[in-house]
Amino acid sequence: MAKRSIETLVGLFVLLGLAALVFVALKAANLTSFSGGDTYTLVARFDNIGGLKARAPVRTAGVVIGRITAITADPKTYQGVVTLSVDKAYQFPKDTSAQILTAGLLGDQYVGLVPGGDMANLAAGDTIKQTQSAVVLENLIGQFLFNKAADSGAADGAKK
Amino acid sequence: MNLLQLLGSRTLAVLRGWGHAAIFFLDLLKAIPASLRRFGLVVSQIHAIGNRSLVIILASGLAVGFVLALQMYYALVTYGAAESLGLIVNLSLVRELGPVVTALLFAGRAGTSLTAEIGLMKAGEQIAAMELMAIDPRARVLAPRFIAGVISMPLLAILFSCVGILGAWVVAVGLIGIDAGNFWSIQQNGVDVWRDLGNGVVKSAVFGIICTAVALYQGYETEATPEGVAYATTRTVVTSSLAVLGMDFVLTALMFSTTR
Repeated sequence: MAKRSIETLVGLFVLLGLAALVFVALKAANLTSFSGGDTYTLVARFDNIGGLKARAPVRTAGVVIGRITAITADPKTYQGVVTLSVDKAYQFPKDTSAQILTAGLLGDQYVGLVPGGDMANLAAGDTIKQTQSAVVLENLIGQFLFNKAADSGAADGAKK
Repeated sequence: MNLLQLLGSRTLAVLRGWGHAAIFFLDLLKAIPASLRRFGLVVSQIHAIGNRSLVIILASGLAVGFVLALQMYYALVTYGAAESLGLIVNLSLVRELGPVVTALLFAGRAGTSLTAEIGLMKAGEQIAAMELMAIDPRARVLAPRFIAGVISMPLLAILFSCVGILGAWVVAVGLIGIDAGNFWSIQQNGVDVWRDLGNGVVKSAVFGIICTAVALYQGYETEATPEGVAYATTRTVVTSSLAVLGMDFVLTALMFSTTR
């Protein structure tokens, strides 16, 4: 009887541990959100990927539908080659465009896909033709200052 | 010349100690199959090592979760990032604090009792008696305890992390008033099952091997006197704590340095 109760207690302990593992994996980690079911890969080339990182989400209309699996640089064209792994349930037209967006003003960067109107769909391994690079804040500020200076220069010229 | 001799003898003593421990560990591994055939022994040891450590592990996990959540809140609220409280608590628990603190507690709670038990067995010449009866004390006494320790430690560590996260939930959602949906969804976005949780589990298993092996070695090699057992128990805590902390740095460097 004593032996049996010890075995039951040990069974309970092991069960509790496994339950904790399942709980953390399901509720407090990403096992449910994107479990890597059936996916296909797409490739997108950007002139500038900004701060994009591997494993960042791929979204369409704001919904996560995939992950970035790899980022490399093309030694010939000097472009950033981003490999996307997208859920098979979402097929995109051939003239889909990809853009690098930022969640909030200072949040993480992700790839947004905007579907086009083509009848044919992108196949696995295809390259997305239309891409829009990441917005680099420094360039934006530089451009703004430059425009401002040009404007005030023109205004001064008009006065004289 | 005397200094040179001293250096040489010290080096040899250290090497001899390491070799002795390594041979003990290999013998222990060899005895595992024999003790797996009598799994009842392992089960009763899991009860002694795992079940009996449950209360202190759960209590500490809850306390760490509470405190971590409160402290992080004070730091994060100045940046308006209080929502990611759960993510920070989760990552620090699952990656680092869970395995390490559990291993330190485990060395103090279970390691010492293993050392003292085996040391007293040796002092009472029970181990010598077993050898006389042609029973291998490694297979009968040491290996079941080793397996039980290696099984218990990851379970205890994940329970520690789980209870800690629940504690953080109580503080964040109950006390501070962070939205419960946000609390969980930010964690689901930020914590990777394999990279974070998986590596945490691997870490805790490695720590389980370290703590249990050190405790068994110290007990088995103790001087068969009351003082010897006392010294061995102290050495168990010191050695396994230092080994866990050192190993944690190595494992963290190996696991989390790449990709990011």
